[in-house]
Amino acid sequence: MIKKSFTKENFVKWVLTAFALSSLLFLFLIFAFILFEGLPLFLKIGLSKIIAGFKWAPTKGSFGIFPMIVSSFLVTFGALIIGAPMGLSCAIYLSEYSGKRMKMFLKPALELLAGIPSVVYGFLGVIYIVPLVRNYLGGSGFSLLSTSIILGVMILPTIISISFDALTSVPRTYREGSFAMGATKWQTIYRVVIPSAKSGILASFILGMGRAIGETMAVIMIAGNALRIPVSILDPLRTLTGNIALELAYATGDHRLGLFSTGVVLLVIIMILNYIANFGIKRKVIK
Amino acid sequence: MDIKIKIEKLKVAFGKNEILKGISADVFKNQITGFMGPAGSGKSTLISVINRMIDFEDHVAIAGKVYIDGEDILGEEIDDVQLRRRVGTVFAVPIPLPRSIFENVAYGPRLQGISDRIKIREIVRDSLKKAFLWDEVKDRMNTSALKLSGGQQQRLCLARTLALVPEIILLDEPCSGLDPISTAKIEEALDELKKDYTIILVSNNTKQIARITDFVSFFYMGDLIEYGPTERVFTNPSIKQTEDYIQGKFG
Repeated sequence: MIKKSFTKENFVKWVLTAFALSSLLFLFLIFAFILFEGLPLFLKIGLSKIIAGFKWAPTKGSFGIFPMIVSSFLVTFGALIIGAPMGLSCAIYLSEYSGKRMKMFLKPALELLAGIPSVVYGFLGVIYIVPLVRNYLGGSGFSLLSTSIILGVMILPTIISISFDALTSVPRTYREGSFAMGATKWQTIYRVVIPSAKSGILASFILGMGRAIGETMAVIMIAGNALRIPVSILDPLRTLTGNIALELAYATGDHRLGLFSTGVVLLVIIMILNYIANFGIKRKVIK
Repeated sequence: MDIKIKIEKLKVAFGKNEILKGISADVFKNQITGFMGPAGSGKSTLISVINRMIDFEDHVAIAGKVYIDGEDILGEEIDDVQLRRRVGTVFAVPIPLPRSIFENVAYGPRLQGISDRIKIREIVRDSLKKAFLWDEVKDRMNTSALKLSGGQQQRLCLARTLALVPEIILLDEPCSGLDPISTAKIEEALDELKKDYTIILVSNNTKQIARITDFVSFFYMGDLIEYGPTERVFTNPSIKQTEDYIQGKFG
């Protein structure tokens, strides 16, 4: 008999396994690094003084990032208000109405939209959106509104592609059953297709939020980066990501640790969003 | 007997593939008409022309006429949505919507703009009774329709079709996936229903066709080979192919 031996097949399997696990290792390293650098300040100053503190003056011992947490959520919801209806409409059009030729044209265009570097979005924002807001609505133009508009466009590809997948995975038989009962196309979409794809659509919104809250470059270019809670949509604001990017280059000592604490908060928020999105998607698969 | 559906020289082709090669037949009111024939004979395609579900297919060419109560339903100006409210369809595989039993039956009436709760409840109850399902589900109207057995789901699909108050009911092999007891319940329901509706039953099961239809047509390779009263066709078929099919020599 020929004995089994350590063959090329086994070798390939082990190499692939090692690479697959390395991505897990990177994730672990990032976590360990951020927590290692960020936690000491939490222990020293206290969680509440950082998370609920209003004043950010890191060279004078104040590390309050509450305004930035609020600002991050404001731009994220602003982006969702603009991006969600547009993205969902586009996904519905693509999956239910568009012909094959239109789909062949639109899908690559959306992939291109996803591939544009965020600095280009920021550039467009500074050149067009900011002056537009300044001239027609007032303020400096560097504002919650401008940032929300740009982020809303940036999250479109995420929302569209995931919603599209959710809509197209609704069985054809559901649609036929609905048509056979005298439903129009829109009635079928509204009453059968969208409810069936609901969890996937919600997951697309949440992943879009994750994308918006993590965006940095475009945001620091348009947001104005002022250190306070905005009271109107025309006020400037500073997000968690913006705070780190703006100050890390020159920060030392406790200031530097403060930025890592900002990172810890950001990481926790993104983990929560991802968990919610995955939970939504998993429920769909089980059903 | 009144003619409900008149089919005249109907030809249907998918691309170059001719599925129906010029069919003419009259379907009578308040009768059960059976369409039988081997797979690929064109009987399901004929169904999808009568309810215009064929509109959703690509590359279809249709020639000829189909009249319901004298009105040409293939005309451009006919609203296919309105047509499907007059012509209800039950498919081979029961496909309830992923909602409660109640909502599945209430779906059609709600689409038609009925919003009065009491009236909807009444329609749902009557429809379920007519489909011989009421007694089995009356205590759990709010559970998901997907939890019902296959036979119950098919009767639910019949009930939700009845809730549309159609004039014609098309059944496309409604019992192909069902056990004998569920099949018997559907047949019993159909026999009651023909008083109020014109019923077309597509089936591969010649025994079922013989049991419950009043008229039968035999399709083969896109042609209508023989059409007549069921008793006559089954006892004294005028064409050899029909006889061979009924006797199970091919199919």
